[in-house]
Amino acid sequence: MSEQIILNIAGVSKRFGGLQALSDVNIKIMQGQIYGLIGPNGAGKTTFFNVITGLYQADTGSFELAGKPYSPSAPHKVAKAGIARTFQNIRLFGEMTALENVMIGRHVRTHQGLFGAVFHHKAARREEAEIRQRAMELLEFVGIAQFAERTARNLSYGDQRRLEIARALATDPQLLALDEPAAGMNATEKLGLRDLLVKIKSEGKTILLIEHDVKLMMGLCDRITVLDYGKPIAEGVPAEVQKNPAVIEAYLGGAH
Amino acid sequence: MANYFDTKKNPRKAYGGLLLILAIALVFPFIAQNFGNSWVRIMDFALLYIMLALGLNVVVGFAGLLDLGYIAFYAIGAYLTALLASPQFAVVLESFVNQYPPIGEALLWVFGPEIAQNGIHLSLWAIVPLAALVAGFFGALLGAPTLKLRGDYLAIVTLGFGEIIRIFMNNLNGPVNITNGPQGINMIDPIRIFGVSLNGEAGSRATVMIGDYAMPSVNAYYFLFLFLCIAIIFISVRLQNSRLGRAFVAIREDEIAAKAMGINTRNVKLLAFAMGASFGGVAGAMFAAFQGFVSPESFSLTESIAVLAMVVLGGMGHIPGVVLGGIILAALPEVLRHVVEPLQKSLFGEVLIDAEVLRQLLYGLAMVLIMLYRPAGLWPSPKSEDRPTTDNDTAKKSTDVVAV
Repeated sequence: MSEQIILNIAGVSKRFGGLQALSDVNIKIMQGQIYGLIGPNGAGKTTFFNVITGLYQADTGSFELAGKPYSPSAPHKVAKAGIARTFQNIRLFGEMTALENVMIGRHVRTHQGLFGAVFHHKAARREEAEIRQRAMELLEFVGIAQFAERTARNLSYGDQRRLEIARALATDPQLLALDEPAAGMNATEKLGLRDLLVKIKSEGKTILLIEHDVKLMMGLCDRITVLDYGKPIAEGVPAEVQKNPAVIEAYLGGAH
Repeated sequence: MANYFDTKKNPRKAYGGLLLILAIALVFPFIAQNFGNSWVRIMDFALLYIMLALGLNVVVGFAGLLDLGYIAFYAIGAYLTALLASPQFAVVLESFVNQYPPIGEALLWVFGPEIAQNGIHLSLWAIVPLAALVAGFFGALLGAPTLKLRGDYLAIVTLGFGEIIRIFMNNLNGPVNITNGPQGINMIDPIRIFGVSLNGEAGSRATVMIGDYAMPSVNAYYFLFLFLCIAIIFISVRLQNSRLGRAFVAIREDEIAAKAMGINTRNVKLLAFAMGASFGGVAGAMFAAFQGFVSPESFSLTESIAVLAMVVLGGMGHIPGVVLGGIILAALPEVLRHVVEPLQKSLFGEVLIDAEVLRQLLYGLAMVLIMLYRPAGLWPSPKSEDRPTTDNDTAKKSTDVVAV
């Protein structure tokens, strides 16, 4: 595994009115890692996600992706820079088919505009065919190719999660950021998801993962950061983090 | 019916169906002209409305941006034609010279005495692209302030813009007379194609001669409008099945997810506004040339709503549905006007209900019924599950289902 740093975030702070949602969060993710971000409800995990993907603007902080600084000023710029995300509450394009959803993911890596759309010249046709083929491959990859023509809204919950991951992968991301992908899944589905994440990792992709399910995270992640009240309270390999007294306190409450 | 126009899933049926409709559309005026010009004239207007509905469909149907001021772009196309293909521009110059002599003189110097005498008379080949461009520009311009708005708020702002344009047209007769105010602009040039005037030459009693073949003026316009309509349908279909068309729909479905997938929603929305507006501009230009006269009262809010009703009634985002909605809502009132009164006369010996009253009555009733029983429109986009070739693998689904 190469030792290149994919994501290097330092000193991120974010305040909503009187609430300090994030204070001085640092994260360093190496190429090919699955990096976990855990913490109790309201710890600021999703806020952190929204900040690095440009949905919220950070008050302070420096952002580097694959050695190059990027500015998370707008979501579409972040996607272009190479971070693709999924959402805690699934956000698919409900009335489009599964295949079309993934094809949207290719938008940021393709170029045909109005002219190509209307005149269908050779380059436009080629690009369209490539988009379709790549989208089909990704559906295959996440294991829902048989539902390609199904309307996204009508897929089962677990398949919608998979579709969202496929759509994110379609943007050719340097970093795949998943916001609670296992939320609402049953045990079998969680195992399936875990296998999928391992498979994505084996392709050399880097994953940043928010999750509540500590058990799932412990076996899966290479490193973990624990957030509590917007502050990182522990960082390290899962086994260390698990024993950290601050983490135990945050999850179970102080010793009484 | 759903898959009759699905060229991918069912090419033979689809192309067969399209050819049949095209054949009917081509033959229609020759049959209808035997019953007088009015039927073809009705269809002329229906075709204009179809162009409008297709343009609005790009904004409302594809991109999901509710636009209640769409008729403004129709007005812009129409007034553009009125200014650039009639003696009106001479009036504008004269008014400038009288009100602001320095500006007037400068304009005279720019345009020369010929235009100052007769106004500008551009040909169809310049008018159509120009109307599309100018209306598209205004579409983007009016779209820009609304980028952050959604739903009701967007509707209110666009409604305001629509009214602003109309009020401008109504009041731009002072201090400098540009639009002639509420009186409107008349003597707009009829369309000429390769030297043939579609209004017919003077004294020909509105008969167009193409070589030795004579046809009524309304038929000539019919074929021109039909051609433009087909071009707009073609562009719409191509757009829908393209990277950009998907981006439009993605914005409609979930704007935040669309952003997160790297779609520059600002640019894509502006493009949607501009595209929709440019179709409307072309329709407006044709309307002006066909009527020979434009005035602000043709572009009221009621017209915006009528076009929106065509899109919604036909099936938002589904091109054949929108065309159907356009034909029905544009032609039905005219048909009623022609049928209702003679019918009542023959039945009761007198006219009990005025056609116009009945029209509004039926219009409202139709709206209520459609929204109750077919909320997605008369002919909505087929869901992929309805397509027979799709592999509906339900067995697989049941294993993954989880209680949400």
